[in-house]
Amino acid sequence: MPITRREFLKWGGIVLLGLGAWPTVRGLAANRSTYEANPQAYSGQKWGLAITMSTCWPHYQAGCRKCFLACQREHNIPDIDNPKEEIKWIWTEPYERAFPELNQSYLNPRYKGRPFIVLCNHCDNPPCVRVCPTQATFKRPDGIVAMDYHRCIGCRYCMAACPYGARSFNFQDPRPFIREPNPAFPTREKGVVEKCNLCAERIDQGLVPACVEACPYGAIAFGDLEDPTSNVRKALYAVGYAIQRKPELGTKPKIYYLV
Amino acid sequence: MLEKALRGSKAYWGWIIFLLALVSIGFACYLGQLSRGLAITGMSRDVSWGLYIGQFTFLVGVAASAVMVVLPYYLHNVKEFGRITILGEFLAVSAIIMCLLFVIVDLGKPMRLLNMILYPTPRSILFWDMVVLTGYLLLNLITGWHALEAEAKTVTPPGWTKILVYISIPWAVSIHTVTAFLYAGLPGRHYWLTAIMAARFLASAFASGPALLILLSFVIKRVSRFDPGREAIQKLAGIVTYATAISAFFIGLEFFTAFYSQVPAHGMTSLAYLFWGLEGHGKLVPWMWVFVLLLALALVLLINPQTRAQEKWLKLASAAVFFGMWIEKGIGLVIAGFIPNPLEKVVEYVPTLPEALIALGIWAAGFLILTLLYKITIAVKEETVQ
Repeated sequence: MPITRREFLKWGGIVLLGLGAWPTVRGLAANRSTYEANPQAYSGQKWGLAITMSTCWPHYQAGCRKCFLACQREHNIPDIDNPKEEIKWIWTEPYERAFPELNQSYLNPRYKGRPFIVLCNHCDNPPCVRVCPTQATFKRPDGIVAMDYHRCIGCRYCMAACPYGARSFNFQDPRPFIREPNPAFPTREKGVVEKCNLCAERIDQGLVPACVEACPYGAIAFGDLEDPTSNVRKALYAVGYAIQRKPELGTKPKIYYLV
Repeated sequence: MLEKALRGSKAYWGWIIFLLALVSIGFACYLGQLSRGLAITGMSRDVSWGLYIGQFTFLVGVAASAVMVVLPYYLHNVKEFGRITILGEFLAVSAIIMCLLFVIVDLGKPMRLLNMILYPTPRSILFWDMVVLTGYLLLNLITGWHALEAEAKTVTPPGWTKILVYISIPWAVSIHTVTAFLYAGLPGRHYWLTAIMAARFLASAFASGPALLILLSFVIKRVSRFDPGREAIQKLAGIVTYATAISAFFIGLEFFTAFYSQVPAHGMTSLAYLFWGLEGHGKLVPWMWVFVLLLALALVLLINPQTRAQEKWLKLASAAVFFGMWIEKGIGLVIAGFIPNPLEKVVEYVPTLPEALIALGIWAAGFLILTLLYKITIAVKEETVQ
């Protein structure tokens, strides 16, 4: 029996509607067991870092790069020697670049041109998360701004939204540029955005971030900013004064610098 | 009616083949981009959007041409526009298709495009941009096609299309507003963080879209027996005059806020980069001064009623508006948003050849769609003239 156009459209429409509704049905009906967290995992409400630059500088000057190397090895960060396509998770910027609005005319030479460790600020109010059209970047309940590399469509809207230049894009396949691949962490494909994830994968196993662990001088304090007894809060109250990058933008960074 | 696009003169087929050749070159370059990644473009981690997103932004504005003929015709009963509403609607259709193509070629992972629909994210302006652009495409395609079909059969278009036409008027405002919001809501991008961004988009859109429609009307008059009519063209010229003047005024407002306040975070550095150069970098400076000259020339020719009424001066003025706005919105606006970068460093951007060829290929694809739609429209109109 030949199918009339009307019938074709009718059945085609029903099939399309069914396909469209399928994800909803699956989501509602699936008997999914609740996700079980690692019992060893650290739990915190708002992870943050406090970096004591005065501790870091003498060793940085002497050539210490342990935090960068630990991060690079841990996360398979490609070493692309082209400033336009570089992948940067944690690196240094001179004071004037890291804190442009705090650049005074008669800046104390103690700070002028000095390198500051910069990384993703894991903002409490992250603009990158706000703009992402696929929720490929999202804020975890513990405050970590994470990336789903398999969800990212590579529109780079998050890069336009990030006021800290903390996000990198894989303009090309990063795998040939990874020196010693770490099989325990995924490598990325071309066409996705990546950045520091505050070692979410380590925190979930009860380990501190790799950069914190790698620093032999304890310059980077890690902990729950909401917990007054945490290392990060202790560090914040211990020495001098803490500054943040671009606080005037309302992103509420969770990386503090002790100066 | 589609078959009307298959009968044409040698010149018509020559033009079609020329466009197809450009589309093929662009497509070949795109295949290269698919396999090697966006590394083939001039974009960087500092200037992460470039030519593609610039063209997208400009073309959203061109799509405005439709509403600038539809609105006066349906709301104010401006009879002269009756002859060209379909032309405006089909220009919007091809402009929106180009917009969508430019977004797709800009994606790092185009095969994941459906994630936009599978994981709808109402807090992302990009999600709403997708909604309003596809909606506007459908509205114009459906209303334009039905109006044309009705004209071919010499009947009045079905009543429900009129409802869609009325919906399309505020909808046109929404596509420009939402596209402006893509930029205007970002912290730390000083040049874009301005409340008049949406107003600027609307003004420049209502200048560049109708300017192109004027030029296309002159082309149609020349290559066919259908005349869009002197009255319609002159009415459009009036719209272009107001919109261009308002655009120039809005850009002046940006200069005032930035330079009188002297607050660097209000776009001073980006404007300086665009018009004078910053820290020895000034690749866009000549472009921006060409824009200023084109805008000044257009305003002189358009505001003066004697020159506006003359065909040759109006053509020149329309071309000046179109190319001027293309420089301002398609190049300057998007790139300068990234300069200086969040670390106050100037990193410049120059598109590469394959990138430019991909962009050219999409423009050619848009003009191909436009040519086919206009060919059908003109064939119908020529029949009704006889």
